[in-house]
Amino acid sequence: MARVGAAGGAGVRVLRWFLLPLVLIGVWWAASAGGTNFYLPTPGAVLRAVGPTWTPATLRADVLPSVARLLAGFTVAGLVGVAAGVAIGLSPALRAYTEPVLEFLRAIPPPVLVPVVMLFAGIDNTMKVTVIVFGCVWPVLLNTIEGVRAVDPVLGEVCRAYRISGWTRLRTLVLRGASPQIMTGLRQALAIAIILMVISEMFAASSGLGFTIVQFQRGYAIPEMWTGIVLLGLLGVALAGLFGLGERVVLRWYFGLRRSGRGAP
Amino acid sequence: MRTEVPPAPVVAPVAAAGAPRRHRNALRGAAGVLIALAVWELVPRVGLVRSADLPPVSSVLRVLAREAGTGAYWTAIGQTVYAWLLGLALAAGAAITLGFALALVPRVRAFTTSTVEFLRPIPSVALIPLAVLVYGTGLGSSLLLVVYAAFWQIYVQVLAGVADIDPVADETARSYRFSRWGRIRHVVWPSALPFVLTGVRLGAAVALILAVTAELVIGAPGLGLAIAVARSGTEPALVYALVLTTGVLGVLVNVGVRAGERRLLRWHASVRREVPV
Amino acid sequence: MSLLEISGLRKSYGPVEAIRDVSVSLRDGELVCLVGPSGCGKTTLLKCAAGLLAPSGGSVTLGGEPVTAPPPNLAVVFQEYGRSLFPWLTVRRNVELPLREKKVARAERDRLVSEALSAVGLADRGDAYPWELSGGMQQRVAIARAVAYQPSVLLMDEPFAAVDAQTRAELEDLIRSIWRTFGVTILFVTHDIDEAVYLGERVVVLSGSPTVVQETLTVDLPAERDQLTTRSDPRFTELRTHVYAEIQSAKKPTPAP
Repeated sequence: MARVGAAGGAGVRVLRWFLLPLVLIGVWWAASAGGTNFYLPTPGAVLRAVGPTWTPATLRADVLPSVARLLAGFTVAGLVGVAAGVAIGLSPALRAYTEPVLEFLRAIPPPVLVPVVMLFAGIDNTMKVTVIVFGCVWPVLLNTIEGVRAVDPVLGEVCRAYRISGWTRLRTLVLRGASPQIMTGLRQALAIAIILMVISEMFAASSGLGFTIVQFQRGYAIPEMWTGIVLLGLLGVALAGLFGLGERVVLRWYFGLRRSGRGAP
Repeated sequence: MRTEVPPAPVVAPVAAAGAPRRHRNALRGAAGVLIALAVWELVPRVGLVRSADLPPVSSVLRVLAREAGTGAYWTAIGQTVYAWLLGLALAAGAAITLGFALALVPRVRAFTTSTVEFLRPIPSVALIPLAVLVYGTGLGSSLLLVVYAAFWQIYVQVLAGVADIDPVADETARSYRFSRWGRIRHVVWPSALPFVLTGVRLGAAVALILAVTAELVIGAPGLGLAIAVARSGTEPALVYALVLTTGVLGVLVNVGVRAGERRLLRWHASVRREVPV
Repeated sequence: MSLLEISGLRKSYGPVEAIRDVSVSLRDGELVCLVGPSGCGKTTLLKCAAGLLAPSGGSVTLGGEPVTAPPPNLAVVFQEYGRSLFPWLTVRRNVELPLREKKVARAERDRLVSEALSAVGLADRGDAYPWELSGGMQQRVAIARAVAYQPSVLLMDEPFAAVDAQTRAELEDLIRSIWRTFGVTILFVTHDIDEAVYLGERVVVLSGSPTVVQETLTVDLPAERDQLTTRSDPRFTELRTHVYAEIQSAKKPTPAP
């Protein structure tokens, strides 16, 4: 491979990052240029629609509450899932009793819970947050149980030998030991939370990001609809990115461990 | 959707407790189910919750039994399964083809990373309005969502599998001067197979969720549509009966795919690995 | 006056009698090695002594107090060194953990940790993670953790079994130096006969399962030992041959009384 100077190296990296996306946008532009396809506006049209559609006022009225509900539901589901997961994971008896029921509940596709929760809670904010909690909690719960169960028994013996018990043991051994698996559960829960947020709003709501997009679709406001889709996409990317950052911090030791390929002798 | 964990090693020398313990756990599991059903039966009857909101399990099961006698019920199940299976197959075909094709030209793959990392976290539900516009309430809407979601699950695993080939097998193939295609068939494919199957397993779960979602929200034919209709009807027990059905379907999908995975990988001695997605 | 007294220890798992009758007593400051054929329950014996397993019969006393649970002045070094360190804690935090649980004050804790890490030769690796270290170094961390705990008795369960020969030689010398520096009483379990004779003041030979004490011998080698001269000392060879012969005969199961 030819030796490239430092600037050249950086140039290649930038190229690698942006080339395909730019090509794809170019293809989009070419495909939509004739203005013939009703459902596919030009990139320009979509960009032009962004400003008027998403004013600070609409962002505050629609997007922020959606995101707030999402985060609230996700947080509650996370706390409940981890707490219950630790309790069940630590007790082989409890695990045996609850496993079939939990596996079944987890197999129910989360969106199906929306109509069910609507029977209880109507269509207000409580309903939307409840739906998110009910849908998200299962991956957190089940992954936490698995993570707690799989903590190395040798470490458990170390704790007994050095008289480490109670809260310290819970924090230092159980929670940190299960953290990789817990994070996997939280990641899955986040994806489900986004899905449920959007669906609960599309299904029955008077405001929110999902609702707004559906309104555009029903009113055949196509470029506006696309801006909504893009915004939703950006939201998904941003949340995944933030979660990834958090994961890298919390699981720094785990990534290093896997990279080194060392661990048990 | 869980990572595989190697079994915990035995610490103290103990006489074989395997079979009796499994037996005991199975009993406990069954007891857990019975307790849950009992709670479900009592809570509405005692009045903690309104029967209109949560009918007792006996009435739900009665409705379920009744529905199982109707053709419409099984048709709905069939429609959901069809959308799920077709979408999964399309997604798997596309993901495997693309993933292996890019294995032929690794340098090109580096250019796709940014696009993949951007498109992957986009929730498929964002495409719902588009699906409605283009496909209306037909099968196409379901497929659009299912394929989009399942594709990424499988594709990411295929990429990991293709990258993770056994270096010894690879060098052996090279020293025998295999062609690129030969290398793919004899080295890359067997190495990547566990990953591919893991991807299919994850994709299958996601595909079912999206299939039901499309039916629920858009109105494509299937169980989801039946639930939406039941919700605005007069029989809350029907909603629960259909929800139970989707749960059973979900369990069958999980169990079925895992069994298929185990069968196909019987020769693969080592621990199956999964890329945490 | 014995510090650690194991008397008449018996351990059965259902109908299987793993340990029939073992009595060992350690005086304050002794270094005693336990050797025996594989499967003779050396680890089980050590765990009973540590209070991690309840014996089926007999007793364990430490400083006059019966041992029913892990006592505060006893430390254990496990065989699986890689798995006995917390991978999410740095070396320093691993060594420090039992001290924090013991509520030792910050300044004192830091002093003990630094001292222990220096004693095992890892003073500069305090901020590394266990998986960044080699196997031998990981075991040193486990030893440092035990030493920093300031125990009266140190129990070591085949700590060098999974380590390569050269590292094992270094670690053996490390144990002797720690023993001299910190004056701690050590019960060292091993399957390596040479190691037992090299390290110990006394060697207790265990029989095959159901285990009893086959023989106890005193190692009358000089107190100053090193890998080169001690191992070529004719007395060393005599002792190890004797122990080897004992173990060979110990491999035959003990006849029922």
